[in-house]
Amino acid sequence: MFASYAEALGFDQVDLSLDHPSTVADAVNRLRALPGGEKLPSRPLCALNLSQAAPEDPLSPGDELALLPPLSGG
Amino acid sequence: MANLVYLTTEPIDLTALLAHVQSPSRGGVACFIGAVRDYASGRTVTRLDYSAYGPMAETECARIVAEAESRWSCGVALKHRIGTLAVGDTAVAITAAAAHRDEAFAACRYVIEEVKRRVPIWKREVFADGSVEWVGSAAAGQQGSAAVAPSS
Repeated sequence: MFASYAEALGFDQVDLSLDHPSTVADAVNRLRALPGGEKLPSRPLCALNLSQAAPEDPLSPGDELALLPPLSGG
Repeated sequence: MANLVYLTTEPIDLTALLAHVQSPSRGGVACFIGAVRDYASGRTVTRLDYSAYGPMAETECARIVAEAESRWSCGVALKHRIGTLAVGDTAVAITAAAAHRDEAFAACRYVIEEVKRRVPIWKREVFADGSVEWVGSAAAGQQGSAAVAPSS
């Protein structure tokens, strides 16, 4: 979790226990259900293990999923 | 963050970036500096706080530099600073050197545009009245134009 998303949720990292199989969208929905999570968009830009991910991409134990707010480098 | 190549928490050394790309066969050297501006949206900015998804940002920067070097047969150096920056500080610097100026300018322009579009870096504006705002957050509810290049 980064920038405005981390601020909304109040943390920048969390371990999630999800059913198997689960997808990126399942993890996002779980986060959006947490306090402050309503500020996250339903389909945020996501990276799974450092590469861009789609909502339907499957998750495996130990995966690192990052939710990326609109980029503003430069 | 370990193994920082393209990101740094220290002031950017432009001389080092120039030295990195210059060579006897490269007669055109272009440079772009992105500096912290003292206003945004009509309000006075006192500082910017930059943060990044370090490992992914490093990977994406490396890809962008490699793309530019290959496309324009040039040498490219890139540094983006992370942390708290004051007005006037250099946030990002790019140098590109090629045989001729056209390639150097084109590579330099490509790199800054792709960095802004693809590298997971965020900045928060701190205004003179003490308020803070994440840049781009107004579009947080949309699927923005931000896109990360597919893995290659």
